[in-house]
Amino acid sequence: MILKYLIEKEFKQMARDPFILFIVIALPVLVMLVFPWATTMEIKNVNVAVVDNDRSDLSRLLTEKIASTEYFDITGVFMRSDEALEQVEFGDADIILEVPYGFEQDLLSEGGSSLLIEANAVNGTKASLGTSYLDVIVLDFTEEVNLERGAVTLTAPGGIAVDSYYWFNPTMDYKIPMIPALIMLVVALITGFLPAMNIVGEKEAGTIEQINVTPVPKITFIVGKLIPYWVIGVIVLSVGMVVAWLLYGLRPEGSVLLLYGLSLLFIFGLSGLGLIISNYSGTMQQAMFMIFFIIIVFILMSGIFTPVSSMPEWARAISMFDPFTYFAQIMSMIYLKGSTFTDILPYVYPLLAFFVVIIGWAVLSYRKRG
Amino acid sequence: MSRGENTRKRIRELLGYTDDGFLREDEVIRTEGLTKCFGDFTAVDHISFSVNKGEIFGFLGANGAGKTTAMKMLCGLSKPTDGRAVVAGYDLHFNSDVKRLKKVIGYMSQKFSLYEDLSVWENIRLFGGIYGMKDRDIAEKTDELLLRLGLTEQRDRMVRDLPLGWKQKLAFSVAIFHEPRIVFLDEPTGGVDPATRRGFWEMIYDAAERGITVFVTTHYMDEAEYCNRVSIMVDGRIEALDSPAALKQRYGASGMDEVFRMLAGRAKREE
Repeated sequence: MILKYLIEKEFKQMARDPFILFIVIALPVLVMLVFPWATTMEIKNVNVAVVDNDRSDLSRLLTEKIASTEYFDITGVFMRSDEALEQVEFGDADIILEVPYGFEQDLLSEGGSSLLIEANAVNGTKASLGTSYLDVIVLDFTEEVNLERGAVTLTAPGGIAVDSYYWFNPTMDYKIPMIPALIMLVVALITGFLPAMNIVGEKEAGTIEQINVTPVPKITFIVGKLIPYWVIGVIVLSVGMVVAWLLYGLRPEGSVLLLYGLSLLFIFGLSGLGLIISNYSGTMQQAMFMIFFIIIVFILMSGIFTPVSSMPEWARAISMFDPFTYFAQIMSMIYLKGSTFTDILPYVYPLLAFFVVIIGWAVLSYRKRG
Repeated sequence: MSRGENTRKRIRELLGYTDDGFLREDEVIRTEGLTKCFGDFTAVDHISFSVNKGEIFGFLGANGAGKTTAMKMLCGLSKPTDGRAVVAGYDLHFNSDVKRLKKVIGYMSQKFSLYEDLSVWENIRLFGGIYGMKDRDIAEKTDELLLRLGLTEQRDRMVRDLPLGWKQKLAFSVAIFHEPRIVFLDEPTGGVDPATRRGFWEMIYDAAERGITVFVTTHYMDEAEYCNRVSIMVDGRIEALDSPAALKQRYGASGMDEVFRMLAGRAKREE
């Protein structure tokens, strides 16, 4: 049982490294504490500059209605549109709402009028979401005016009211859907980076040569390196899950056991990837940049932050080879939908393939004679 | 003979390698035309020599002469480009042979390569375990070894905190802990004072007395005098090979130092 001695050695070395202890506990806590707030897609405090050419009661009422929501702040009411544009240029305003002359008149006599909404599209999300929020408020306002006038609603298209219900996240809290993905990210970061530093570290210290001259089989050596990271991954996962529960009250709807089982597959695969990089690298620096690059690509192509369905064909093809795509899906399905093993099976196969390829590669790329 | 063993023999025969008594009765290493190239550069250039069982064999040469490269081939760390070498009965040409070879050799590299963040006993236990020793045997032998080295009180100390001389003694002890047939030492005494070096050589003699063949490279010519036989490598080739006394006589020199300077002076290769 050579493996026993190798694993024992890895654990002793880890236990003596205060950095590893810190990172395993502190990183997941920190990520869960901060990132859900930072990655939220919700838009609040959009700054609106109003150009009021009408100067009427109704235009003032509209401005007040906009200001009263939690989404918008009015940065000022201007006489000329170039003054408002200046606000956008200085970054004080995100959106310009221009009320035309005769707004009140048109609204009262014809039940409708036209407004101009201009958005600073440098921040695309803010621009598009802010504009559509503003649309809704303006529409709402028109309807109120029309009701008071006792007229038939003309503004809402066809007079159909749309009610929305958001399944699996009824309050449409944008923090919630991010949490399973964030837990995955922190697990991936730690179980990817640490092994990438490991073998190359032994190369730099020269200890790898002492190992290479022993009869230890390649597979035993690699498995001896993987198992400790597997344990670390499980700790990180658990810390992340507990914090998600304590802080956001989010618990997996589905089976926790299933979640852990599939995480093991994911962790093993990622640590294997780290070891492959370590095998090919000559220095820690090389290994560091390589794993950094790969993980960034994995994150961006996985559809965690942007939907895969809106990517161009070629990008979607890349995301098909991204293990994060599948594991993020599995995580949120188990966490939010309570999916069972049969539900997630289509995502398990690719993950399994990733695991097999990576482990095989990790063993083969370890250069040792005999 | 097992089936795997038979298959191996067949393959060897097909490749033209037969158990032809290449390695003589009292030899433990034999090479013929052993060569290692890195691209255009021939680091080791067709060397042929043999080492006898139980002898202390000094492998001398200036920096860059190819000593370490040759030694790494003999330990199964790197694959020869050309030529044949049989070590402890295993042919370096075959990966399956190299795997077996590793069980019966020990190696101490030029660069100190025990784990600095493990304690003295943990390092011993790790390598004992890797060579397939049992927990109880390891524990027993560890106590014995530490007592002999006078390191009993240091057993829980991290290896990084040991003085260099002790580190080297420990590395050597770990290299022969599993009772190998041959131990390869690559400049084992670099950077320590003469008294510590003498202590180290006493350990080498002990090992040789127990029947372990010692293959050692060194820079120090006083150490060359301690060897039964020495070879001197110049630019990847072996220029001379004999006992220190015979070499001194042949070159009319008073010490190995002089012999070495006469031979190494012919080198054309830059360091």
